[in-house]
Amino acid sequence: MRAAVVVFPGSNCDRDALRAAELAGFDVRFVWHKESAVDGFDLIVLPGGFSFGDYLRTGAIARWSPIMSDVVRQAERGVMVLGICNGFQILTEAGLLPGVLLRNKGLLFLSEDVALRVENASTAFTSAYKRGQTIRLPIAHGDGNYYVDAEGLKRLEGEGRVVFRYADEPPNGALNGIAGIINERGNVLGMMPHPERHCEDILGSHDGKGVFESLMKDGVPK
Amino acid sequence: MPKFNVSVTVMFRPNILDPQGAAVERALKNQAGLASGVSISNVRVGKVISMTVEGSDERGVQERVKAIADRILANPVMEQYSVEVLEESAK
Repeated sequence: MRAAVVVFPGSNCDRDALRAAELAGFDVRFVWHKESAVDGFDLIVLPGGFSFGDYLRTGAIARWSPIMSDVVRQAERGVMVLGICNGFQILTEAGLLPGVLLRNKGLLFLSEDVALRVENASTAFTSAYKRGQTIRLPIAHGDGNYYVDAEGLKRLEGEGRVVFRYADEPPNGALNGIAGIINERGNVLGMMPHPERHCEDILGSHDGKGVFESLMKDGVPK
Repeated sequence: MPKFNVSVTVMFRPNILDPQGAAVERALKNQAGLASGVSISNVRVGKVISMTVEGSDERGVQERVKAIADRILANPVMEQYSVEVLEESAK
């Protein structure tokens, strides 16, 4: 199984993502955002960070990087795409996931561990977890307040596409406590918390490694 | 080719929470001395993007900039925008 971690100027969780995917058994490569193709991978990770300094809007400029037209093409082919934090923001800007990440309700940048409930454990990203299981992952963002219009929310909730939800009051104000969502086809997932930062006990927890282990087992294009 | 000074004003949609605007509004209201006799409400913070665009006429430039704003400068899920086009005075 091969994984690509796309690196944008300002990405800062790219090495963590590479390490987490390697630990799960992936053969991982970095792919620079100026490349025109990201071909031959089973998983494409858009890592966290502050691509292009969050100028204009978070993810708004990265979305127009040369690599992104092929990321969209690969997603349409069924390749697994995981967007973490800034990666999630880029996926919404690119139209691969609905909604948008607004400024945190309290305006502060939040860096803390939060409790998350796994709402859907039958995705290729979460099969290693149990439905309803609570895990703890770090968040580190200024714009994580998920918003989507009423119709979009109804679809996400009705179709079981809210995959992760803040177990307590959402620290960033996210609608319905949404922390992570998946696309209709089930191959594109975006989440604000950082599973790649909690994959080894030496770093305090391995609650996040289930994401990469699930993908290793079930992340095969169908 | 004539040049036009264009400014695009991007604001959050009315139904989108603007915590920055709310914080500014609170600050204004707390300055009772400065704002006395003035009633302030609906404070919103947005951004202005200005640029020079070459084109044959104002209407064409307006259309081109709108197309850019729709795709890049504003995210329609949360924002709306307005475009102002002024022909640069001949020098």
